[in-house]
Amino acid sequence: MNSSIALSSATFIYGLATVFYIGYFAFKKKMLATAGFFVLVTGFLLNTAGIGLRWVESYQMGYGHAPFSNMYESLVFFSWTMALLYIFVESKYKEQGFGVFVSPLIFLAIAYASFDPSISSKISPLIPALKSNWLIAHVITCFLGYAGFAVAFGFSIIYFVKPKKTTENGVFARLPSWDVIDELTYQMVVFGFLFLTIGIITGAVWANSAWGKYWSWDPKETWSLITWFVYAIFMHLRLMRGWHGKNLALVSIVGFVAVLFTYFGVNFLLSGLHSYG
Amino acid sequence: MKEKKVKNQDTIPRQIWEFFCSVKLTVYTLVLLAVTSIIGTVVLQNGTPQQYIALYGKGLYNLIQVFSIDDMYHAWWFLFLLVLLCINIVVCSVERLSLVWKTIFPKQIRFNPDRFLRSKKKHTFFVDQTADSVTAACENWLSKQVGPVHKKNEENFRMVYAEKGRWTRIGVFVVHASVLLLLLGALIGSVFGFKANVRIDEGDQISTVFAAKTREPVQLDFLIRCNEFEVKFYDTGAPEEFRSNLTIIEDGQETLTTDIRVNHPLRYKGINIFQSSYGTASSGAAVMAITDNITGQEITRTMQVGETIALPDETGSFQLQGFLPHFDFRGRNLGEAFFGKVTPKEKEAFQIGMPLQFPTFDKMRKGRFTFVVKEFEKKYYTGLQVTKDPGVWYVYAGFVLMILGCWVTFFMSHQSYLIAVEPRNDGKTSIHLAGRTNRSTQNLNLKLAGMATRLENQFKKG
Repeated sequence: MNSSIALSSATFIYGLATVFYIGYFAFKKKMLATAGFFVLVTGFLLNTAGIGLRWVESYQMGYGHAPFSNMYESLVFFSWTMALLYIFVESKYKEQGFGVFVSPLIFLAIAYASFDPSISSKISPLIPALKSNWLIAHVITCFLGYAGFAVAFGFSIIYFVKPKKTTENGVFARLPSWDVIDELTYQMVVFGFLFLTIGIITGAVWANSAWGKYWSWDPKETWSLITWFVYAIFMHLRLMRGWHGKNLALVSIVGFVAVLFTYFGVNFLLSGLHSYG
Repeated sequence: MKEKKVKNQDTIPRQIWEFFCSVKLTVYTLVLLAVTSIIGTVVLQNGTPQQYIALYGKGLYNLIQVFSIDDMYHAWWFLFLLVLLCINIVVCSVERLSLVWKTIFPKQIRFNPDRFLRSKKKHTFFVDQTADSVTAACENWLSKQVGPVHKKNEENFRMVYAEKGRWTRIGVFVVHASVLLLLLGALIGSVFGFKANVRIDEGDQISTVFAAKTREPVQLDFLIRCNEFEVKFYDTGAPEEFRSNLTIIEDGQETLTTDIRVNHPLRYKGINIFQSSYGTASSGAAVMAITDNITGQEITRTMQVGETIALPDETGSFQLQGFLPHFDFRGRNLGEAFFGKVTPKEKEAFQIGMPLQFPTFDKMRKGRFTFVVKEFEKKYYTGLQVTKDPGVWYVYAGFVLMILGCWVTFFMSHQSYLIAVEPRNDGKTSIHLAGRTNRSTQNLNLKLAGMATRLENQFKKG
């Protein structure tokens, strides 16, 4: 067993979990959702093993660093954080209907890492700027933040597909009630917001110790701040202006677009200090 | 809130106050900040006029200048948005804190049982005991589960109430205060601090740096000497480590000698010194090989930069003129090179380049002599970033407060629980358990369900 086998099987198994959740959505057999959950947990365990093995392998190669140093590793970790968060939510709130909206995201991130030929899966040594204990804290918190927003995005999509009134036997009958969707979307945004905040802060403290400035309006920094603003708007609209439902879900979707741009757009379209992922 | 509005509607100061304490203003300001921030990530920042004209043309460049888009995060209108946000935060916080203060620090804790008993998520069950013993048991249980208990009897109900986390209502004010503290720190840094980039050749020392923004010289209280610079590479060719060995000299005394690396800066008397770049400094001497292409004879000798030697057979002279870190040949960068001047006898002098990576370069000139640099004394310079930022501690304090504030605001809440004990006609007793919170009702409902099960088990057992 090596990291690459573990991560390819995790990709495959996340795909399988997605199929089960879609099957549950379409055929409404509870068994399918339960199977989906266990398959997802298996994928998550393999994903965990893959990350762990990659860490060990980097030591064996003599580079010795946490597996958070390039686009490939970050995507694999992004899948991991989303899976972790989703598994937590499903076991805590016992709502299986959300799976169909979240499992595809988990699968897509790791599949993109494996199948896009421009993303190298090679373990490479760390450049001097990344050699810092802040790397682990910064990456983990940022990606927990992204995962919160991704799961919130999955939940927000429900507002645009679920009809207002659902019939007992309709396709949407298995989806959670509006109260639960609303509350959990908010919970996910809150989780994401806290961790994005900590992620930006650890990044700033790190930048101050590496480059001597805690903030330099680099595109990655600026876009993470833009994302932060969007979710701050979300909070104020919900808590202070009483927004709920579709309108607020739209804000959460805009926020996730900002997350995606912070994550991918900045690296592919703009230049800056953050070219490694 | 509404009553107040009506009362003070007419006065202009009150209207201004109302304007600044509206959440609408917050949302619009945040939207504007988010949208305008995009501009600076798309439009080149801090470029030269030539760059802008080449990229966007003369007309757009004028527009860029008018709105300071070439340095938009310091533009007057962007700073204005930040100031607006600050005023908004201050006014909102004052307004709300004056209302919430009494809730956070009440003289006496009151509760309204109706609000609890009307809840849809109320849990109700019966036990086969008298109301008195049930009430006592519930009181004991609730004080262990939640905290100090308050009691009240109303109509047929005996109410037991407990709460926790009242103080967490202050969290949101902490978050907003942290934003102000961050911006204050940034302001202090930009007024009293500086950032400068400086190049020091190995063996050299400096005591003056030039601030990047103002280009004004800043005199340091000490000298910085670069003893040595070293760069290490991985087998893959990627850089592994940049390291500068620096000595601080104060009043002629060497007070400190230390290594700095990327991520491991030196902090000395409020001045921070960071490793930021490096390069090859001009070199003083080189070992030259001069081949006579007619006789095939080769002369090897060490030359100092500036030194002139006579070429064999009185054919002229050669002067080693200097070193270039990046030799540009017809638009291509050939890397490190020396250059010199050949003066043939009774002919016009010409310049030649001798790139180190391409030893046969001068041969292609097909002259009488071929000049090659065999060896040279390599000397680096280290690029340092020198900064002073007295505001950074305010910013860090802001960071800590923001994380704590967010944690308290989002993950803690003011929760209150009520157990209503109701004696029934059949001798049994009903127990109603309900709860309220200022935050996530979903979490509270889960908690209530767990509590109801535990409470029921308590009675079954005992």
